[in-house]
Amino acid sequence: MSERPMAPRDQGAPDYTQYLHPLMAKNYGKWDYHERLRPGVLVHVAESGDKLFTVRAGSPRTMSADTVRKVCDIADKYCEGFVRFTTRANIEFLLGDESQLDGLINTVEQDLGWPVGGTGPSVSNIAHTQGWLHCNLPGTDAAGSVKAMMDDLIEEFKSESFPNRVHLSTSCCQINCASHGDISVIVQHHHPPRINHDNMQICELPKVVAICPAAAIRPAVVNGHESVEVVQEKCMYCGACHGQCPSMEIRDANTDTLSIWVGGKMSNARSAPTFMKLAVWGIPNNPPRWPEVSAAIRRILTAYKEGGKDWERLGEWIERIGWQRFFEKTGFPFTKYHIDDSPEALSNLNRSAMVRL
Amino acid sequence: MSNEDNSPGMTLNTPLLNELESGPWPSFVKDLKEYSKKRPQIVQLLNQLEESYENKWNYWLGKIINVPGYGGGVIARVSEKADKYPALANFHTVRVIEPPGWVYNTQALRNLADSAERHGAGILQLHGMSGDILLLGFDDNGSMNVAEDLMHDGWDIGGSGAAMRTLQCCVGQARCEMACFDTMKTTKFITDSFIEYLHRPEFVYKFKFKLSGCGNDCGNSIVRSDMPIIGTWRGPMQVNQEKVAEFIDEKGMEYLIDNVLTRCPTRCMSVRGKELKVEDSECVRCMHCINVMNKALKPGKDRGVTILVGGHRTLKIGDTMSSVLVPFMKLETDEDLENLKEFIERVWEFWNDNGMDHERIGEFIHRVGMATFLDGIGLEPDPRMILRPRTSPYIKFEELAPTRFGGEQAQNPKVWNRESEGPETAD
Repeated sequence: MSERPMAPRDQGAPDYTQYLHPLMAKNYGKWDYHERLRPGVLVHVAESGDKLFTVRAGSPRTMSADTVRKVCDIADKYCEGFVRFTTRANIEFLLGDESQLDGLINTVEQDLGWPVGGTGPSVSNIAHTQGWLHCNLPGTDAAGSVKAMMDDLIEEFKSESFPNRVHLSTSCCQINCASHGDISVIVQHHHPPRINHDNMQICELPKVVAICPAAAIRPAVVNGHESVEVVQEKCMYCGACHGQCPSMEIRDANTDTLSIWVGGKMSNARSAPTFMKLAVWGIPNNPPRWPEVSAAIRRILTAYKEGGKDWERLGEWIERIGWQRFFEKTGFPFTKYHIDDSPEALSNLNRSAMVRL
Repeated sequence: MSNEDNSPGMTLNTPLLNELESGPWPSFVKDLKEYSKKRPQIVQLLNQLEESYENKWNYWLGKIINVPGYGGGVIARVSEKADKYPALANFHTVRVIEPPGWVYNTQALRNLADSAERHGAGILQLHGMSGDILLLGFDDNGSMNVAEDLMHDGWDIGGSGAAMRTLQCCVGQARCEMACFDTMKTTKFITDSFIEYLHRPEFVYKFKFKLSGCGNDCGNSIVRSDMPIIGTWRGPMQVNQEKVAEFIDEKGMEYLIDNVLTRCPTRCMSVRGKELKVEDSECVRCMHCINVMNKALKPGKDRGVTILVGGHRTLKIGDTMSSVLVPFMKLETDEDLENLKEFIERVWEFWNDNGMDHERIGEFIHRVGMATFLDGIGLEPDPRMILRPRTSPYIKFEELAPTRFGGEQAQNPKVWNRESEGPETAD
């Protein structure tokens, strides 16, 4: 390596034009409409009449170099070498020759072992975070729980049987890198951080104090060392300080739990985007397959599939029937912890006499 | 440490992880176990992960390591169990800027796989939650070497820390009839224009752009980015009445009423016979009707973008959703792109001059108020920025407050009928 000149810096984003399927390049900005031919298969029709077929498949997101090469072999055989990925870690194989569709789908499902689906009103692949595999903050794993959940939901991925699409996400701490979803799973802690006063020199103390959203951390001298103390009553166990300072351990393998949140929506279609809301709390963090999480998600999905009208996203369905009915239909208890106490809290109360009786 | 090293006698021992091999969904455990036959350090990775599953505990710590010339892009990981798993002593992630829209040819993917394997563990993640390509498992030298290799091959590493982060956009005009602007081109333009801010963290905190070609927001921009840029249009949407009639013949009038007309958030559509009438001035470009009737309805022809600001997840003040900053801006010509660049610089300057350490721009706006923020970046208030005006009467009217320390108060300031100077940004 040493004799080689230093590589150019600051080159920026790759030139995407070299990665466009020839039909994409030819019809760029000139697409007319698209159809879903069957779950997992789209056709985009250009103004020119050209047809581009897309086969969408669920990927595990984390993959070995050899698996990437297997993907490439398939794309070389069927797709002139062109693929793309989606926001939810699906892969899309692109091809112009409709007669190759069955061969491609068969190869993806049989040889690669990746299910074809995830289009239209289906349960798509789960956006997820790094977990125990490679993060420094996680309270649980992400890829493993996603694998277990999608084993349970694979038929919902491969069919289009919901009122509208269902986006799931899982996050392994409360920073929630995988963000909002129609249904989302996150970890919750139940104690203030345990401070390792002997190892605070590795942290920038002013930043540790400043990052606390509850203003619960203040400077303190402990055993002659500069450190911090946490006002226990103010702390809400978010773990912001732990992200800033590894000596503020927030996790507890014995008491951390998972919670499920529902009704998040990114799209502007019909109604404005929404944040997800608390549905179920206190679920055990139970590797390797987290069966309690899958069971709870199944209950929510079953109720949504039965009750939602065409095009209603999960959150829109709940807003229509009311949260009272949501808890009735899913059987999950409504508790005092579901009532908001954030700065937005008052606007989340029912400020009317409109009550279902 | 060479990545080829392996402790003698280290064998896979993963009874819990093995339970993730069964079942129909593709298993990363199965893949990595198979791959570990030729990449021995992955045996150690899986064995450590097994201990995490057993003890519900994590064994990774962070540290800071940078490629020469860069202040971000390598997410350093060191194992607490390095004595037991020496191959994990330094096992870093390298973030690589993805092609806008995540489009690839196999030559590019093979190049990434080869580089990941040559210098590290050969594990790829497509993609991280910020949009980047993630390559896993490099020691300190491996991180430098893979970055050099990738950059020789035309890639560039991604952002981390208090920097502009790697951008993310939907597939846009490359394969979508609904995209109202060129998301890929704009993503590359912003990335390349501000590449120094991506590589050398100098902001008060991170700043994310996400771009979507229309209000369906497949780029997840409004909830997940500090500055969403979303395609939209002015004037009438395109209606093909023949296709409308075909839609009604195929689906029925009831379906049109139940799933198009009554699902319109502003009820701006009505039907006469088989002709669809649209009150275009009331349309808010939500995209629902176009999603349902995508052969008959299309976005209008005078296209541009709506720019929003301030989205981020809970930490620290609670979730903030992005809100409208520029209702409409043309984004077609090179001059339009330069206008966008200048606008971004104005926003950044005010935020970075006045924001506190670790304060995302949404938190900053929450603290100082949107009106102060608009003053600071030189943008006129516009009713499209709000859902409704304030209800609290406690207001500091600059024009009406009597001067306390000398000077004369302006007489009869005509606040109530002041003419708007109009937004500075093209509308």
